[in-house]
Amino acid sequence: MSMLELRAVTKQYTANDLALNNVTLNIEGGEVVGLIGPSGAGKSTLIRCINRLTEPTKGSVTFQGRDLVGLSRRELRKARTSIGMIFQEYALIERLTVMENVLSGRLGYVPFWRSFLRKYPPQDVQRAYALLDRVGLLDHVNKRADALSGGQRQRVGIARALAQEPDLLLIDEPTAALDPRTARQIMRLISEICEERSLPAIINIHDVNLARQFVKRIVGLRHGEVVFDGLASELTPAVLTEIYGEEDWSKTIQKGGEEADAENEAA
Amino acid sequence: MSDTTSNYSDSWDRRSRAERLIRWVLWLVFVAVFIQSWRIMNEDTLWFFVEDAPRQFADISSRMWPIRWSYMDQLWKPLWDTINIATLGTALGVVIALPIAFLAASNTTPNAYIVRPIALFIIAASRSINSLIWALLLVMVLGPGLLAGIIAIALRSIGFVAKLTYEGIEEINKTQVAAVTATGASSVQVLDYAIIPQILPNFVSTAIFRWDINIRESTVLGMVGAGGIGLQLDASLATLAWPQVALIFIAILGTVVVSESISARVRKALI
Amino acid sequence: MTTAAYPTVWKKPPFIKSTYLRYSLWAAVLVYTFLALGSVEVNWSRVVEGADRGMRFVKAFVQPDFVSRWPNIWKGLVESLTMTLCSTVAGIILAIPFGLGAARNLVPGWVYIFCRAFIAVSRSFQEIIIAIICAAVFGFGTFAGFVTLTFATIGFLAKLIADEIEATNPHALTAMRATGASWWQQVNYAIQPQISPRTIGLCLYRLDINFRESAVIGVVGAGGIGATLNTAMDRYEYDSAAAILLIIIALVMVAEYFSGIIRKRIQ
Ligand SMILES: Nc1ncnc2c1ncn2[C@@H]1O[C@H](COP(=O)(O)OP(=O)(O)OP(=O)(O)O)[C@@H](O)[C@H]1O
Ligand SMILES: [Mg+2]
Repeated sequence: MSMLELRAVTKQYTANDLALNNVTLNIEGGEVVGLIGPSGAGKSTLIRCINRLTEPTKGSVTFQGRDLVGLSRRELRKARTSIGMIFQEYALIERLTVMENVLSGRLGYVPFWRSFLRKYPPQDVQRAYALLDRVGLLDHVNKRADALSGGQRQRVGIARALAQEPDLLLIDEPTAALDPRTARQIMRLISEICEERSLPAIINIHDVNLARQFVKRIVGLRHGEVVFDGLASELTPAVLTEIYGEEDWSKTIQKGGEEADAENEAA
Repeated sequence: MSDTTSNYSDSWDRRSRAERLIRWVLWLVFVAVFIQSWRIMNEDTLWFFVEDAPRQFADISSRMWPIRWSYMDQLWKPLWDTINIATLGTALGVVIALPIAFLAASNTTPNAYIVRPIALFIIAASRSINSLIWALLLVMVLGPGLLAGIIAIALRSIGFVAKLTYEGIEEINKTQVAAVTATGASSVQVLDYAIIPQILPNFVSTAIFRWDINIRESTVLGMVGAGGIGLQLDASLATLAWPQVALIFIAILGTVVVSESISARVRKALI
Repeated sequence: MTTAAYPTVWKKPPFIKSTYLRYSLWAAVLVYTFLALGSVEVNWSRVVEGADRGMRFVKAFVQPDFVSRWPNIWKGLVESLTMTLCSTVAGIILAIPFGLGAARNLVPGWVYIFCRAFIAVSRSFQEIIIAIICAAVFGFGTFAGFVTLTFATIGFLAKLIADEIEATNPHALTAMRATGASWWQQVNYAIQPQISPRTIGLCLYRLDINFRESAVIGVVGAGGIGATLNTAMDRYEYDSAAAILLIIIALVMVAEYFSGIIRKRIQ
């Protein structure tokens, strides 16, 4: 059985529009999947249906052998602790310190009094320090999140998700608000971390080249339906036309290749 | 080509003219209502008194002179009471306002059909009724004294603070809430980590602003027996002791100016 | 991941950095609370006595009596409403010159100081105090109330208008000056368009406040529904008093609803 199985997931926001239409998808342990598709294709909706930030209208989401859709609120909270999420606009709590933001990844594990008094168990604090070191922010532990740059904020976002000790990462356009160089660094960090821990992940991403460079398996979404599921190397102009619509894709792919080469040389 | 152009501009012109006509009619109606209101309002006005006003004003001003500075000895205690009414009343009101704001905000209310309307009604009722009227009612129940004043100030502050706070809660960043929810946090933890940090600066600033207003309001509560410097003002007016009244005005002005600058400074430091 | 080398405790940095200042502030708050609470004397036997009247008042709210004093209530309401309208209009008309005069970037120093002083006096005194003086000067009745509310409106609006003008984009004003426009033309073209929408919103808000205030200045003889309320209370006619309070609440809610709609349409 796969780590994560989506069966015929459908989401209907308004009466006559399906944001997701019968999406079926399997993800194995340790597998990183890039989710691409035009704006409004339903990428965010798909990701949010997995941890039920958005309630799917129909279908089932089986994670580690349990159907998340049927869970009670309490059970859902428990399940969410093992699913880390990273957001496009970082979604840090701006007025709290970096450390509080990372520790907030432990909220599902600690009782209310601990989180309220900021008295987390020693091993949680230790892990938080270690993670901040891993993402290169050990010098900023006591800064407020709104005092950080975009790239730094996203590193905090990554550390928060990892503080949950997740078995799955949901990543919604982690680089959309970042400059190209920082975007690459963040993507590299994420793919390294996933490899280190053989952590499965779903990454929504707008930039096809970035996806091709860092992700092996790509799923293409269009109008809420899966129209492509295969290796990144199989992304041909014809496939991109299928996902995004008519456009001259040959340049994108070529140029992307060159850029990736240059990037690899620089690294 | 030229034909279509002229057609187009013609239709635009007509609409604008209709709009202008409506505007003129509305203004006309407004002026008529104003004039009628003015007439009704002044039905019982004795113009003799109004014409006499400048003389009256000069007369009262002259009777305030010389200001009775020695009376200040008896004003320190009432001033201290006035500040206490405002401060304790604000504190009490703020503590009650916070939960009401959460019940009233559409994104945090536990129940949108019963709880939320009740919370909104409490806010509206508290805001519609002036603290002096609350004091009038409370003096009747509790008897004269500071307690009635404190509760009156608190009751009036609930609506003000809760309204501004719940509007703030409704405007919070939703992704931050989603992010904390996604970690598996319970709803109190979401409140503590995602919502309160976002509204806290605004909330504190509102509370201090209200304290500043309450200092002003509590200067008159004594007129209905709810403690503070208003008591002295009422007594001095009753005995036509204008030199004392003048001193009380000066004392009020001083207190208000000081409290306003404190409130402005603290709010600036917090933001 | 080895985490043993990292600290196991973390303390949130305090809001006030200096320990000395922090503890003195706490001490000051404690001492003040103690002293302030100590100055509150409660006559418990009087409270017990009053509880019965309180209950009667609560009951009166459940069964308000609109009928027996209806002529008085109606007269008071008409007085309050006409007072509100007239004083708001007069207040707005007078607040404009005071607001212009209190804007540092528009007028010479002495005009500025005079206008700001007038505004400060108007804002410092509670409407009740102004009403007492007005009742003494103009005689009891609605005219005194009208003058009171007009005076308070000027202070309220002129300050907001002046602050708004001072915060407007100075380039527009410079540009108008450069064209050789007269003072009135400068105000008309450079200032008015920048401040109009918010000012209209504020005028509506003040209309609201004036109605609420008109319900209270009657207590000291300045006419309106407040006078009716005061009489009802003096006669222990709690059911009529409750009826009046309910009417005030209802009118304020209606006014707020409509001013909300108007404000939305302006912006
Ligand atoms: N809360 C909502 N209420 C109603 N409709 C929604 C809501 N959220 C998303 N939608 C609709 O669902 C569809 C899919 O939206 P979604 O945000 O999943 O797209 P996306 O692929 O993430 O797009 P983008 O690349 O712009 O982020 C869109 O048509 C959107 O308008
Ligand atoms: Mg999206």
